[in-house]
Amino acid sequence: MTTAAAPSPGGGTPAGSAPTLMRVRGLEKRFGDHAVLRGIDLDVMPGDRIAILGASGSGKSTLLRCLNFMERPSAGVVALAGQAVGRAAPGRAGAGRRSYDEAELTRVRQRVGMVFQQFNLFPHMTALGNVMEGLRTVRGQREAEARTRAGAELARVGLADKAEAYPARLSGGQKQRVAIARALAMDPEVLLFDEPTSALDPELVGEVLRVIRSLAEEGRTMLLVTHEIGFAYHFANRVLFLHDGVIHEQGTPDQVLKHPTEARTRAFIERHREFDF
Amino acid sequence: MSAAYRWNFGPVLENLDVLWAGALGTLRLFVICVVLGFGFGLVVGLGRHARSRGVHLPATAFVEFFRNTPVLVQILWFYYALPILLPFEVSPLTAAALGISLNSAAFSAEIYRGGIESIDRGQAEAARALGMTAAQAMRRIVLPQALRRMLPALTNRGIEIFKMTTLASAVAYVELLQQGKLLASLNFNPIETYTVIAVVFFLCLFPLVQATYALERRLGRSDA
Amino acid sequence: MHVWNFAPVWANADLLALGLLNTLKVTGAALAFGVPLGLVLALMRLSPSRLLRWPASAVIEVFRTTPPLVQLFWFFFALPILIRVEMTPYVAAVLTFSVQSAAFFAEVFRGGIVSVERGQWEAGRALGMAPRQVMRRVVLPQAVKRMIPAFLERAIELMKTTTLVAIVSYADLLFQTNEVAQKTFRPLEAFTVTALIYFVVIFVASQLVHLLERRLATSGEGMAR
Repeated sequence: MTTAAAPSPGGGTPAGSAPTLMRVRGLEKRFGDHAVLRGIDLDVMPGDRIAILGASGSGKSTLLRCLNFMERPSAGVVALAGQAVGRAAPGRAGAGRRSYDEAELTRVRQRVGMVFQQFNLFPHMTALGNVMEGLRTVRGQREAEARTRAGAELARVGLADKAEAYPARLSGGQKQRVAIARALAMDPEVLLFDEPTSALDPELVGEVLRVIRSLAEEGRTMLLVTHEIGFAYHFANRVLFLHDGVIHEQGTPDQVLKHPTEARTRAFIERHREFDF
Repeated sequence: MSAAYRWNFGPVLENLDVLWAGALGTLRLFVICVVLGFGFGLVVGLGRHARSRGVHLPATAFVEFFRNTPVLVQILWFYYALPILLPFEVSPLTAAALGISLNSAAFSAEIYRGGIESIDRGQAEAARALGMTAAQAMRRIVLPQALRRMLPALTNRGIEIFKMTTLASAVAYVELLQQGKLLASLNFNPIETYTVIAVVFFLCLFPLVQATYALERRLGRSDA
Repeated sequence: MHVWNFAPVWANADLLALGLLNTLKVTGAALAFGVPLGLVLALMRLSPSRLLRWPASAVIEVFRTTPPLVQLFWFFFALPILIRVEMTPYVAAVLTFSVQSAAFFAEVFRGGIVSVERGQWEAGRALGMAPRQVMRRVVLPQAVKRMIPAFLERAIELMKTTTLVAIVSYADLLFQTNEVAQKTFRPLEAFTVTALIYFVVIFVASQLVHLLERRLATSGEGMAR
């Protein structure tokens, strides 16, 4: 399974009992001169629920966006179900650079779903239309099939009655739930959440967190970038604290959130402590 | 005290068939230029939006050149200058159609580009995150939303194209104004003839212009 | 394979220069009359009195909804007979394009004035100013700054539209080009040169306008004084 070079996953599935779903080695991302990710190693096992915390600029969103290649890594490898994405750039194997083919990345994104902070629902389609879109256009399913499946996903997030509503008529929480249904319809192997509740009014946060928790209970593999430390504590089986482009500390929620060993982690938790968990 | 001018629309009304031939010519030229202009304009607009320099630069050069030269100059160039380079004649229709279409393509390219870029980046991102190719994302998600926004500007452009068809009279293409010139010189009644021509254009375009205002109001933005 | 030869065209550069001068003359004159006329039309359209609104709207609609060339023909061929006045191509051109551009400028003015928030009006009235004073001291100064880019764009449009005067034999750049082409039997070189001249002049003008737009945008809007 994992090589000795990787830090131990800490909690969750015991080593060796299941193949690694996603493996990240030496991930770096630079924007011009500015290095945002400086070397991330990560193993994601099936059923892992990983919360990623960190200050603004720590690279947590960038890390997430590299996992479905919305950003192309500057260096390092991401492997999905044992297969590394991209090709080693010729003559530069040592430098860790890889070349990526857009067609392959498109296929990867069909297997890794993402939910955005700003929902990004398609305003010219109904809620049902939004959820069906991936099935019709990407999977090529027929209208009836897609409609049935989409209806089921909307029901799962509790919005069956809003199927024919346009996004403009939905509240923030409802929009985000539709966005989750849209991602779920694609049967992703891994689900990425990029600060899913940061753009929501406080009263609407709960309905979205409830849906995410129900997904967790189903055993889905999820990575969640969030500010909601309390939620992270109850939802995650692993917490990563990112600082300055590297994983500063990681472990179980108890280890990282209640008894952090690093000073910076402690400072971050103190600053964001909204209630005692 | 000089007598006021005595209006006499008789000769004009007797020659309605002449004007009708012109109207058909106007319509034909208009349709050709709208189809070519908006069609090619979409291609160039997407080219302007593209990231790759090899596509972006030629598209920009095209837009800058054809937006910044007067249409009449272009029409005359195609009619008088181009035949020197080609082994065949260039008809008035071809010259006028080329001039007006290329000009319209350049203007509509900017409309397309503006529309596409006004759509929030998050839309394209969400589409890509679902696993759509760039082409699918453009076709299913970005363009449909952009087209709604571009409708007033595109309609305005269409109205401009309709007005530009009169320039084809400079190379004697048989459209409405050209026929007007013919009648006016035959019957020595420029006042009635040109008034009728102006009224015909006004009647054709006024409903379209009003429709554009209504469109702009409905879409919640106004163009200065 | 055609052999390009620009020499005969250069030999007649003076004719082209005269043409360019005349183009600028017509454009300048049309602007000089068109802008104030546009302001008048805009204010008439905004006036509460129907007697002022309707004629203004009529003029604006007619001149925006009919082709400029038809307008030019009417002013050059029809109007002289109607009002018994001789009309040179220059006068007909300036007349036509003054009114035509005024119709478009009127919309720019109106848009700019309307875009100044109601609060400005109310503040002015609350101080006891008469409506005309509010317009002159408070609203127009703010509106003008916003309208400058749109104005300049319209002015550049005008420069392109005035090529129509060549059709009524006014010696603008395009007309002169035709003369040179016939004189030298080199229409390809002549028209190509002219196209490039127009392009350079108009492109430079556009770029200056963009520069000005950017400068205006960064300097902020709605200056008090």
